[in-house]
Amino acid sequence: MNQVLLLAHRSVVRTLRQPAMVVPALVFPLMLLSINSSGLESATRLPGFPTDAYFQFALAIPFIQGALFSANSAGTNVASDIESGFLNRLSLTPLRRVALMMGQLTGILALGLVQALTFVGVGIVFGDGIAAGLGGVIVIVALSLTISLAFGCIGAFVALRAGNGEAVQGVFPLFFAALFLSSMSLPRDLIENDWFQTVATWNPVSYMLEGIRSLVIDGWDAEALALGFACAGGLALIALAAASSALRTRMVRT
Amino acid sequence: MRQNGFTAAAHAVAWRNIHNWITNPALFVPSLLFPMFFFTAFAGGLSRVDSVPGFDYGPGYTTFVYGFVLLQAATFGGIFTGFSVARDFESGFARRLMLGATSRGGIVAGYWLAALVRAACTITVITVVALLVGLEVHGNGIDVVGLYTLALTMNAFAVLFGTGVAMRLRTMQAGPAIQVPAFLLLFLAPVWVPYDLLTGWVQGAASVNPVTLVLESGRGFLAGDPTKVLPAFAVVGVLVALTTLWARGGLRSAERVA
Repeated sequence: MNQVLLLAHRSVVRTLRQPAMVVPALVFPLMLLSINSSGLESATRLPGFPTDAYFQFALAIPFIQGALFSANSAGTNVASDIESGFLNRLSLTPLRRVALMMGQLTGILALGLVQALTFVGVGIVFGDGIAAGLGGVIVIVALSLTISLAFGCIGAFVALRAGNGEAVQGVFPLFFAALFLSSMSLPRDLIENDWFQTVATWNPVSYMLEGIRSLVIDGWDAEALALGFACAGGLALIALAAASSALRTRMVRT
Repeated sequence: MRQNGFTAAAHAVAWRNIHNWITNPALFVPSLLFPMFFFTAFAGGLSRVDSVPGFDYGPGYTTFVYGFVLLQAATFGGIFTGFSVARDFESGFARRLMLGATSRGGIVAGYWLAALVRAACTITVITVVALLVGLEVHGNGIDVVGLYTLALTMNAFAVLFGTGVAMRLRTMQAGPAIQVPAFLLLFLAPVWVPYDLLTGWVQGAASVNPVTLVLESGRGFLAGDPTKVLPAFAVVGVLVALTTLWARGGLRSAERVA
């Protein structure tokens, strides 16, 4: 347990001490939120649009974008540990793989917490607040951390399989594809193209967005929240298992 | 002799950059995929926006978005080449190159040629995909030439700007300093809806953003209704002239430490 805490502390410090990891993960999502919400305000005039302020609709997007940056950071950190030989030395300790992975990912969760609190704060200050109130804020933060963990595990999995940071950077655009091909810009029932609506319906990112969005716009929506947590949690579990398996393979190689 | 030195340096730098780009998936794939994602996400996901009252662009939303993604692909072809310049300085290759090249202006020309090839490849792929999913070009041959000339001039502006920054900072840490201004110039224009439908601070920013003119002119060419052609070409002409001076200053700065 002590070793896991040491790893977790190291992970938090190395993540939050790097402005190159923290600043873009906060600034870029907020910049896009600001531009999108002003540029697409006229979309709220579409019949059936769920709110009359696009900012409220778009507020869910930074949480997912932030998580995508987390995936990149987690992958880059793990790849750096592989390239520097740190992971080889860790493999000599009696740590369990899942514990080792969680220790490595604590920094991403810390970054996720900073992001979630910042984005919620921006939503409250510049928007119409969170419809679900204080309880909703807590649930948004919890869902956001689950999403960060899920994408962080995917980043770590890619790094462990490939063993270098370049591969993580190469996969980064695919993470963004998942966001772009979702109900990011319009509600699914307002998407006109059939193929895009089908892809968005099968894309788990749509449900993560809609879970957060429901708390911001509607208040408490059990179905949207259940789907959001199921998709984020399910993805986190699968990715954590895959990353642990990749870690075992890498340790066998060493 | 001077001309030969210029051509030889330009050819060598261009060839090396194009070769590196094509043979390295980490460089090649994102530069093709990002504009594709933008196009797919906006043309597919936002197509209903053309039903918003006041949206009056005849060829449809796919064509409207293509007008932006074309400029974006051209500009980012130049920006990514700026990254290559920074990488070449960080690895020490550029300093050796500057010692060996008889004409250092040829080095900048080589990077520009590489950016041009890069943008042409990306634009070709995007155009083919766009045509497959419903791009409608109502303009005639001259309009099409005008459209792609505007795009490639934006590419030249971007590579000259990126080269100027990279040659001054000479590190990959220059990435955000190259990317963010270009990103802001592109996205603070009427990207998803026409200018009249913009609201808030983005409308204010778009009204003074020179790229708004370029984007509206490009969309006019696509619609077969050329608008603001002279102002748009004047804008890109001024941008290229200014960034040529900027890149030249960067080259002088790099020469002092080479």
